[in-house]
Amino acid sequence: MTIYLLKRLLIGIATLVVASLVVFLMLEVVPGDPARLMLGMNASDAQVELLREQMGLNQPLALRYLDWASGLLQLDFGKSYTYSVPVIDLIRERLVVSFPLAVIALTLSTLIAIPVGLFAAARRGKAGDTAAMAVAQVGVAMPNFWFALLLVYVFAVWLRLVPAGGFPGWGNGIWPALKALILPALALALPQAAILARVTRAALIEVLNEDYIRTARAKGMPMRAVMWRHALRNAMIPVLTIMGLQFAFLLAGTIIIENVFYLPGLGRLVFQAITQRDLIVVESVVMLLVAAVVLVNLAVDLSYALVDPRLRARQ
Amino acid sequence: MNETTPRSEGFGELVGRAFGNRSFVIGLVITLVVAAMAAVSFFWTPFDVTRLVVADRMQPPSAEHWFGTDHFGRDVLSMIMIGARNSIAVALVAVVIGMGIGVPLGCWAAARGGWVDEALMRFNDLVFAFPALLSAIMITAVFGPSAINAIIAIGIFNIPVFARVARAGALSIWPREYILAARAAGKNKTRITVEHILPNIANLLLVQGTIQFALGILAEAALSYVGLGTQPPMPSWGRMLFDAQTLMMVSPWLALFPGCAILITVLGLNLLGDGISDIFDPRSRRRP
Repeated sequence: MTIYLLKRLLIGIATLVVASLVVFLMLEVVPGDPARLMLGMNASDAQVELLREQMGLNQPLALRYLDWASGLLQLDFGKSYTYSVPVIDLIRERLVVSFPLAVIALTLSTLIAIPVGLFAAARRGKAGDTAAMAVAQVGVAMPNFWFALLLVYVFAVWLRLVPAGGFPGWGNGIWPALKALILPALALALPQAAILARVTRAALIEVLNEDYIRTARAKGMPMRAVMWRHALRNAMIPVLTIMGLQFAFLLAGTIIIENVFYLPGLGRLVFQAITQRDLIVVESVVMLLVAAVVLVNLAVDLSYALVDPRLRARQ
Repeated sequence: MNETTPRSEGFGELVGRAFGNRSFVIGLVITLVVAAMAAVSFFWTPFDVTRLVVADRMQPPSAEHWFGTDHFGRDVLSMIMIGARNSIAVALVAVVIGMGIGVPLGCWAAARGGWVDEALMRFNDLVFAFPALLSAIMITAVFGPSAINAIIAIGIFNIPVFARVARAGALSIWPREYILAARAAGKNKTRITVEHILPNIANLLLVQGTIQFALGILAEAALSYVGLGTQPPMPSWGRMLFDAQTLMMVSPWLALFPGCAILITVLGLNLLGDGISDIFDPRSRRRP
């Protein structure tokens, strides 16, 4: 297990290195000179040349990559071309929106999916199972941003329960901020919950065929207890794997969903940066999200060992 | 669930089983209807979507305009028909890219094993670490928003998916006895792959193809919604939803119909995929 985890860790690091190379080289091929972009079209060639020198743009490619990559390690992403402030500051003020949003969405999706999966698996082939899986089938096919629009129409425009968009900030109390995040979180969570519920059901059905389940039932253990104590625990590995993968979807999803709700999160930041061709911001956010995905996948690998003692013992 | 597959089975039986499978039939019908809608849009749409009729703007659904009209007075049904063509084109080419590169890579890894296999799987891990939509956003941000760049961005992320499926499928076929017989008969690995492996994993690839097709349609819609996919004035489902958002108070149908189009198309493809996988392997568990 230790060797396995070490191997995963190495792969994670290698992934980050290659990702940083890809992102760096990709933005190298972009036409346009960042220095010229910062100074505007009226700047003289001499001014541009001076700024290029200051920004280190005249150094060889490899040196600039090492410079940028070592900056990343110290969370120094460089300065935004358009705002002239450190990118890390921009990211930090946006992260307080996006991170809670992703966490709430993941929590909601898990809280919905696991009980639905248990419910459907316990009634396999009966009406309850068929109905739950039909709903899940629709949920899987639902584009989350359209679902978001429907939620806005029902809960904000029609029932006027929550705001249709915008974010009041965490400074004005937790409740208004949470209220602004609840619809976006639901929009993100439900399509993911549909996928997770199907995985949970399939994993549980597989486990329910095992001998130890029959033994537990034969000794008189109630079905409910069998489900929670034996089945769910043994079905956790595929469920955790999918949850890890879904985290990546959720992060990407926040980018789209924040645009639906006008939330000032990382997604809005990326789009503003794209329209302003502020590429250093784009590449920083991409690297940050890739790092988050790698970390979550490592956490999933670790969690296998927590769930399954057999994996812990294996060397 | 169907009875277990007989060892050898005629084409007729397979077709019979296919039409007894509810998922397959519903999925096939939906997919054919959407495809037909897209095909018809090349020759005919109820209204011309390039003509802006200001007098007709924001009409609710009526006998003349079944799905109403948008803020330029364009017929929503006509736009959805042309949008179907776009979505299908983008998702289909992305699947072709993914299969065309991914399947040979996966088969090669399975046939060679060793470092080729290891390198390919690590490369897969790498691509999976990039949230696909995020990378699509980056690619379109760098190379400019267009339908072509959306296809490339979505297609790239189909490659490791097909490579993985092809490899896993091929690895399960290689130890079979008939492969041993083919090797004994002096066929080389490439020929075995083409003549024996590929036909035996075709059903897996077909199922994965429908899944990736559906995901491609969702991704294209999301990219167009944020302005990085199909560019106006070409109608696309995602873009229509973006335009509808600000008009939702006055004309909610503008947001309703394109969304339903995406939902129904993706649902149809997913059902078709479920159906195909059931038909070829009745014991198979339903895919997540």
